[in-house]
Amino acid sequence: MKILVPVKRVVDYNVKVRVKADGSGVETANVKMSMNPFDEIAVEEAVRLKEKGVAEEVVVVSMGVSQCQETIRTALAMGGDRGILVETDDELEPLAVAKMLKGLAEKESPDMVILGKQAIDDDANQTGQMFAALMGWGQGTFASEVDIQDGSIQVTREIDGGAETVKLKLPAVVTTDLRLNEPRYAKLPNIMKAKKKQLDTLSPADLGVDTTPRLKTVKVAEPPKRQGGIKVADVAELVDKLKNEAKVI
Amino acid sequence: MKSIHFAEEHEQLRTQVARFIDKEVRPAAPAWEEEGMVPREVLQSMGEMGLLGIRYPDAFGGSNAGPLSTVVFAEECGKSGFGGFSATVLVHTDMASPHLVHAGNREQLDRYLGPIIRGEQITAVAITEPDAGSDVAGLRTRARREGDSYVLNGSKMFITNGVHADVYFVAARTNPEAKGASGISMFIVEKDAPGFNVGRQLQKTGWLCSDTAELVFDECRIPAENLLGEENKGFYSVMQNFQNERLVLAAMALGECERGLEVTWDYVRGRKAFGGVLSDKQGIRQRLAMLEARVNAAQQFLYHVGWLMEEDIECTKDVSMLKALCGELVNEVMYTCQQFHGGMGYIQESEIERMVRDARIHSIGGGATEVMLEEVAKRSLQ
Ligand SMILES: Cc1cc2nc3c(=O)[nH]c(=O)nc-3n(C[C@H](O)[C@H](O)[C@H](O)COP(=O)(O)OP(=O)(O)OC[C@H]3O[C@@H](n4cnc5c(N)ncnc54)[C@H](O)[C@@H]3O)c2cc1C
Ligand SMILES: Cc1cc2nc3c(=O)[nH]c(=O)nc-3n(C[C@H](O)[C@H](O)[C@H](O)COP(=O)(O)OP(=O)(O)OC[C@H]3O[C@@H](n4cnc5c(N)ncnc54)[C@H](O)[C@@H]3O)c2cc1C
Repeated sequence: MKILVPVKRVVDYNVKVRVKADGSGVETANVKMSMNPFDEIAVEEAVRLKEKGVAEEVVVVSMGVSQCQETIRTALAMGGDRGILVETDDELEPLAVAKMLKGLAEKESPDMVILGKQAIDDDANQTGQMFAALMGWGQGTFASEVDIQDGSIQVTREIDGGAETVKLKLPAVVTTDLRLNEPRYAKLPNIMKAKKKQLDTLSPADLGVDTTPRLKTVKVAEPPKRQGGIKVADVAELVDKLKNEAKVI
Repeated sequence: MKSIHFAEEHEQLRTQVARFIDKEVRPAAPAWEEEGMVPREVLQSMGEMGLLGIRYPDAFGGSNAGPLSTVVFAEECGKSGFGGFSATVLVHTDMASPHLVHAGNREQLDRYLGPIIRGEQITAVAITEPDAGSDVAGLRTRARREGDSYVLNGSKMFITNGVHADVYFVAARTNPEAKGASGISMFIVEKDAPGFNVGRQLQKTGWLCSDTAELVFDECRIPAENLLGEENKGFYSVMQNFQNERLVLAAMALGECERGLEVTWDYVRGRKAFGGVLSDKQGIRQRLAMLEARVNAAQQFLYHVGWLMEEDIECTKDVSMLKALCGELVNEVMYTCQQFHGGMGYIQESEIERMVRDARIHSIGGGATEVMLEEVAKRSLQ
């Protein structure tokens, strides 16, 4: 089978994100960028399926600025076979990404598309679902276990209060949760080899997609600073405050 | 972040090393400091990631990368904040094993290089002696030829990885008549060679998770084929390897500077005093800002020297300047960072306290500042 893995370039999880002075977004100039950690899990799962002989080809795709190539190369260093960059400087919303994925899925005809359940920058948690809907494919979101059987996938999903197991007909969409696997380190020899792997570049227009945002960002602001705590005299006062001030009990 | 010197693969390498250090080194290393060594499994994991053969031929499992990749690797090791970890790894990769790779013949490479790159065999380099440090040409350990053996006598001092290494690259005098630099040869000594002993593990100020030993050779017999390179020409290969060693130590020092400043900016931003936080004080923030400026400037110099090496351009003077500069700068940075931690900087539970101790060796080891400056001055006066 053939697996398509979309990966997103995001501000590195270690970076303390700062809001731009004009409130238009977060500062990304001179900030370390990496692959969205949930997408790393998706790459890992696809590569494992390839190593098990279940998959023949793992195609990695990213959408965005030309530097997204670095993100694709990292995935190739982890074991992806080739990459596709859909290059654009536009801000991309989940719907636009899902539409471009549809265009790519029609070109590439993968049996499975596996991607992160959300990206750690905008936390939208929409792309996988929208893409599945556009394709009319089954979806197994928040996967903590993926088991490929003849012509179908069994996905264990993390849901409120436990795990749910669904069976999907191929082709299908899987979105990854944290417990699915522990992504490997890209080995240096593979980083060097990944430089030579095929990486094609397309534009949104090649896929017939208009990426114009449907939403307008009004303002981006820092969360309020944490207030200092207070000391209470006794349990009675604590209970009173929790009940009447914080209104949590 | 962006630099004319670095390509995508350098950034990827940086990211992978940083991630490894974040997950596998920082949380575990306090225990290593107590035990006095870095567990061998950690080195093997680094071997699996390809980090122990960055510049070595791919036929042996290496990656054929260049000096700038080493620079990235050493900087990231430095950023771990555990000098002893960095020393253990970088002595293996960039100070000891290069002796084998530069001078070794086919049989020697076949026998040792694979396990070295995989981290299965850890290496040490033994040049310094109790009576010969900066003055390398003054070394007195003897090696005499006897049939198809060499027999070594003498002792070596301050040898990193000395207690737990498997393979040692040892400098010894093969021609006792020859004075100074000529008459020195390099040998491969395996841990179990008869007459080879780890004299004692040395207790240091810093680098606590790096094992440092005095080595004793008492009629130590090794096969004649363990001669590394040409007989009596060892001094020149030692000098040649010093260039890379110094580049790597400078990179490690600057990685430490970066971490020290990061930790200190964080500390002064949170520490309350005089109705605000310490970072409100211009006396503090401007001094840290100036140190950061100097570290950034030194970094660009580092990258430039790395590039000169990448291009195979002779740069002994530049490397010597760089080593002197960074060995001193890291001490200045740590002194000030500790100062702005107040009393906490003197307490072992603060990261900066260890980093101060670890920094001290940078102006002494691997070419002391004074000796480096002599290398510079000689050339300036030419
Ligand atoms: C923790 C640690 C790890 C080490 N690891 C290794 C290792 O793995 N392998 C190895 O071979 N060695 C190792 N060394 C040895 C290290 O390289 C030497 O300590 C260093 O070269 C200095 O030599 P020395 O200690 O003999 O000092 P000396 O040479 O005695 O120097 C003492 C002082 O005199 C100064 N000085 C010397 N000559 C001059 C001059 N001409 N003009 C002005 N000042 C001068 C020096 O700068 C220094 O400040 C290690 C040392 C330490 C402390
Ligand atoms: C080993 C040890 C023993 C000690 N013993 C005792 C003891 O027996 N009894 C006791 O009461 N205390 C004791 N102390 C505490 C010691 O006196 C304090 O650590 C010292 O006064 C500094 O205070 P601090 O640690 O809170 O640092 P901070 O006040 O947080 O200062 C941190 C740094 O900021 C600088 N700084 C502070 N304010 C300004 C400013 N306005 N402008 C510019 N720079 C500024 C300081 O100079 C310092 O470099 C001890 C400390 C140690 C480490």
